[in-house]
Amino acid sequence: MSMKAEQQYIDLFTQCEAMICRQSADVLNAPRAKAFADFEKLGFPTRKQEKYKYTEVSKYFAPDYGLNLNRLEFPVNPYEVFKCDVPNMSTSLYFVVNDTFDKHVHPSAQLAEGVYFGSLKDMAEQHPDLVRKYYGKLADTSKDALAAFNTMFAQDGVCMYVPKNVVLERPIQLVNILRADVDFMVNRRVLIILEDGAQAKLLVCDHAMDDVNFLSTQVVEVFAGENAVFDLYELEETHNSTVRFNNLYVNQEAGSNVLLNGMTLHNGTTRNTTEVTLAGRGAEISLCGMAIADQNEQVDNHTFIDHKVPDCTSNELFKYVLDDQAVGAFAGKVLVREGAQHTSSQQTNRNLCATREARMYTQPQLEIYADDVKCSHGATVGQLDENALFYMQQRGISLKEARLLLMFAFVNEVIDHIRMDALKDRLHLLVEKRFRGELNKCQGCAICK
Amino acid sequence: MQIEPNKYVKELTQAKYKYGFTTDVHTDIIEKGLNEDVVRLISSKKGEPDWLLEFRLKAFRYWQTLEMPTWAHLNIPEIDYQAISYYADPTKKKEGPKSLDEVDPELLKTFDKLGIPLEERMALSGMAVDAVMDSVSVKTTFKETLMEKGIIFCSISEAVREHPDLVKKYLGSVVGYRDNFFAALNSAVFSDGSFVYIPKGVRCPMELSTYFRINAANTGQFERTLIVADDDSYVSYLEGCTAPMRDENQLHAAIVEIVVLDRAEVKYSTVQNWYPGDAEGKGGVYNFVTKRGNCKGVDSKLSWTQVETGSAITWKYPSCILSGDNSTAEFYSVAVTNNYQQADTGTKMIHLGKNTRSTIVSKGISAGKSQNSYRGLVRVAEKADNARNYSQCDSLLLGSHCGAHTFPYMDIHNETAVVEHEATTSKISEDQIFYCNQRGISTEDAVGLIVNGYAKEVLNKLPMEFAVEAQKLLSVSLEGSVG
Repeated sequence: MSMKAEQQYIDLFTQCEAMICRQSADVLNAPRAKAFADFEKLGFPTRKQEKYKYTEVSKYFAPDYGLNLNRLEFPVNPYEVFKCDVPNMSTSLYFVVNDTFDKHVHPSAQLAEGVYFGSLKDMAEQHPDLVRKYYGKLADTSKDALAAFNTMFAQDGVCMYVPKNVVLERPIQLVNILRADVDFMVNRRVLIILEDGAQAKLLVCDHAMDDVNFLSTQVVEVFAGENAVFDLYELEETHNSTVRFNNLYVNQEAGSNVLLNGMTLHNGTTRNTTEVTLAGRGAEISLCGMAIADQNEQVDNHTFIDHKVPDCTSNELFKYVLDDQAVGAFAGKVLVREGAQHTSSQQTNRNLCATREARMYTQPQLEIYADDVKCSHGATVGQLDENALFYMQQRGISLKEARLLLMFAFVNEVIDHIRMDALKDRLHLLVEKRFRGELNKCQGCAICK
Repeated sequence: MQIEPNKYVKELTQAKYKYGFTTDVHTDIIEKGLNEDVVRLISSKKGEPDWLLEFRLKAFRYWQTLEMPTWAHLNIPEIDYQAISYYADPTKKKEGPKSLDEVDPELLKTFDKLGIPLEERMALSGMAVDAVMDSVSVKTTFKETLMEKGIIFCSISEAVREHPDLVKKYLGSVVGYRDNFFAALNSAVFSDGSFVYIPKGVRCPMELSTYFRINAANTGQFERTLIVADDDSYVSYLEGCTAPMRDENQLHAAIVEIVVLDRAEVKYSTVQNWYPGDAEGKGGVYNFVTKRGNCKGVDSKLSWTQVETGSAITWKYPSCILSGDNSTAEFYSVAVTNNYQQADTGTKMIHLGKNTRSTIVSKGISAGKSQNSYRGLVRVAEKADNARNYSQCDSLLLGSHCGAHTFPYMDIHNETAVVEHEATTSKISEDQIFYCNQRGISTEDAVGLIVNGYAKEVLNKLPMEFAVEAQKLLSVSLEGSVG
C-alpha cells in the first residue's frame, strides 16, 4: 500500500504535535498518541475495504490543504453573511466557523439551568472529568482511520450537555461555516451528552462560504441516557468543491429515543458514517437520510445499527435522487446479536436515477443471531412511475411539472419523519427549489445573493 | 405458547446422514500435494492434448500468486492444499467402461445405495445419468439414445478426446482460470465432470443428470461441468452430490460453465447433499464452487435452482451474465443449515444486454448453531436499457443460537433499470403454530408444514423426480431442529 497520502499527515503531526496540543485542552490531547499510532497502522481506507468500497478516501486527502493549527481567529460576522434561519421556528442559534465556536454571538434566549452548549475545548478545560468520561469512548481509533485522523488533529468543536431530566423546549440550531481564503482542512469534534430523561433537538446546517476547496472531517459522539429523547437534523448545503467525512457514533441506553436525519441538498463529496449502538432495553432509533445530487456530486451513507440487547427498535429510511453524473451509495447494516430477542428492525432504501450517467450502489445488510425478531429490508432503484406521469399529463399538468411533483413526493417521505413542523415546511421549500434548480442554497446566504 | 423440543424434532435433528458409507473399490490415488508435476501427472493420466495441459499450467501458475479470499461470512479453518490428493480414479482402467458389465460391481452397489437408477430401470424414469465418483466419470447412460438427436452427453475427458473443438471453444469462456482462487485451482487440477452439447433446434427429450460422490479419503473433488445449448435448444440438467462420513474435512471445488445461445433455454437444478459434518461440527465437506452461465444469445434463458442441505461450509454463487438482448435469468434457492454448518450462498446477475430480466428468490433456513448468509449482486451496466430485477430473500430462524444474514449488492449504472430487493427474517410465529394446533394439527406436523410451505416456491421449480427427493432431504436435515 502506498503511504503517500498518509505520509504528509504523519509528518505534520510529528512536527506540530506540541502546537496542536498547546491550542487544545488536556482531555482532548490525551488520546492523540494512540490515535496517531492507530492511524500509522491503518493508513487511509482503500476501496478494497468493504466499508469504504464506494469512496476513495486517500485521493481527497492527497492535495495540500491549509490547517489552522495555531487557531488564529478568522474575521467573520456570521449574522452578516448568513441569515439562514427557519421561518416560524424559534431556535437558539449558534455558529461555528471552521472548528471554532463563535463566542461573539449570543442567542437571545438563555438555555435552561445546567445546560451547556458551546466550545468543546472550554468545556474540557472547565469540566475535565465530565468530558474525559465520554470523549473518544465511542469513536474507536483502532477501527476507523478517519476517526483516528480526527482524534489526532481535532482541537476544538462543540459540546452539548443536558443534565438529568432537563427538557429543552426550544431547538438549538448550529450553523457550521467553512471559511478560508486558501484550500482548507477542518477537523471538528462534537460531543453530545444527554443524561437520563433529558430531551433536546439539534439542527445542524453545514455551509461553505468561500469558493475554495474544503475538506472537513468531523467526529460526533452522542450519548443518550435512559429515557432520553434526542433529535439531530443535519443539513448539508455546501458546494461542489467541498469534501465532508462525517463519523457519527450514537450510544443509547434503555428507553431512549433518538432520531437522526441527514439531508444532503448540495455538496461535493460526502461520506457519512453512522454507527448506532442500542445498549439498553427498549431503545429506539429512527435513522433517516436523503440526498439530492447532480453534476459530479457524490453521497455515500454508511450506517450500522447494533442491536445489543432485547426489545429495541430501529427504523431506517434513506432516499436518493440522482441526476447528471452523480454517484450515490448506501450501505446499511443491521446486526442483531445473540440474545437480542424481540428486536424489530426495518430498513428501506429507495433511489431514483434520472440520467444514464448517474450511478447508485446500494447494499442493505442484515446480520442476525437471534430467532425471535422481526427484521426486514428493502431496496429499490428505479424511475418515476410512467402511469402516474401519464395520468397527470392527461389532466393538463406538463411533463416537467409532473416529474417535479413525483420527485417531491418521493423525498417528502424522509422529510415527514422530522418532528418539527416549521423545519418540515422549510425543507419542503428548499427541496422544491433544489429540484427546480433555482437556488442551490437558502435565500438568505450572502454568497447566494 | 412455547414450542417444546419434542420427539419429532429430535428424530429429525439427530437423523443420521444416510449416505455416509464408504465403498471399497480399488482406487488409484496419486500422492498428496500440489505442484506442477502433479498437474502434469493428472494431464498425462488422462491423456490430454497439449493445449489443455497448457491451460492447466497457466491456471496453476496464476493460482500460486493468489491468496485464499476471506470476504465471505464464513469461519474457514486453514486449508493445507498440500495435504490433499488431487486425483483419485476408482475405475483403475485406462479406457472408460463400455457397458455396465465392465463397471466394478461395488461401484454399482454404491450408486444403488444412493438410489441412482444407473441401470435399465432408468428407462422408466427417463433420465440420462453421468455418475462421477471421486474425480472420474464412471458411467454415462443413455448415450446412444441421446446421440440419435445429436446431443452430446459424456464425461469431459471423453469430450476432450472426441469433441476437442467444442471443448476448446467453450472451456473457460464463462469462468476463466483467473476468475477466482478456487476457479484457478479447479482449472489446474480438474479431473473430470460432464460435458453437454445440445445442437441447434433440439429439445433434449429427457432430464440429464450427474451424480457426484467423493469416496476416497483425503482427496479433493474438482469436477468441471460444461453445458452448451446451441440456438433454439432446450435442456434440463440435474446435479446431485453425496459423500461418506469422515472426520476430516474434504474439499470440493467445482466449476460449472453454461453457455446459452440464441433463444435457447437451460434449466440447471442442484440438490447438494455433501456430508455436513456431525452434530459437533466435526468433518464435512468444504464446498467452494464457481457456477456461472452466460446468456449469450438473444432471448436466451437460464434458470438455476438449488437445494443446499449438505456441506460443512458452502461458498457458492450460481451466477448469470445476461449479455444477449431480451435474455432472462432465474435463481431459486433453498439453503438449509443445521448444527455447525455454514453457508454463504447467493447469486450474481450481471445485466449487459437490453431488456434483460432476472429474478432471485432465496430462502434460507438456519437451525442449531449454524450460520446462513445470502450474498447477491445485481449489476446493471450502462448499456443494459430496461433491465428488470426482482430479488426476494427470506430467512427463517429455528433456534436462538443460529444466524441468518443478507448481503445484497446493487450496482446500477443505467437510469432505465428497475431493481427491487426485499428481505425478511423471522421465525415461525406462534400464531401460525396456534392456528394449526386449533385445527388438530400437532405442533410437530405444523412446523413441518410451515417449513415445507416456506420452501415450496423454490421446490416447485425442481423437476418432478428431484422435488420429491429434495422435500425428503429438507425434512431430514432440518425440520427437526425447531425447539
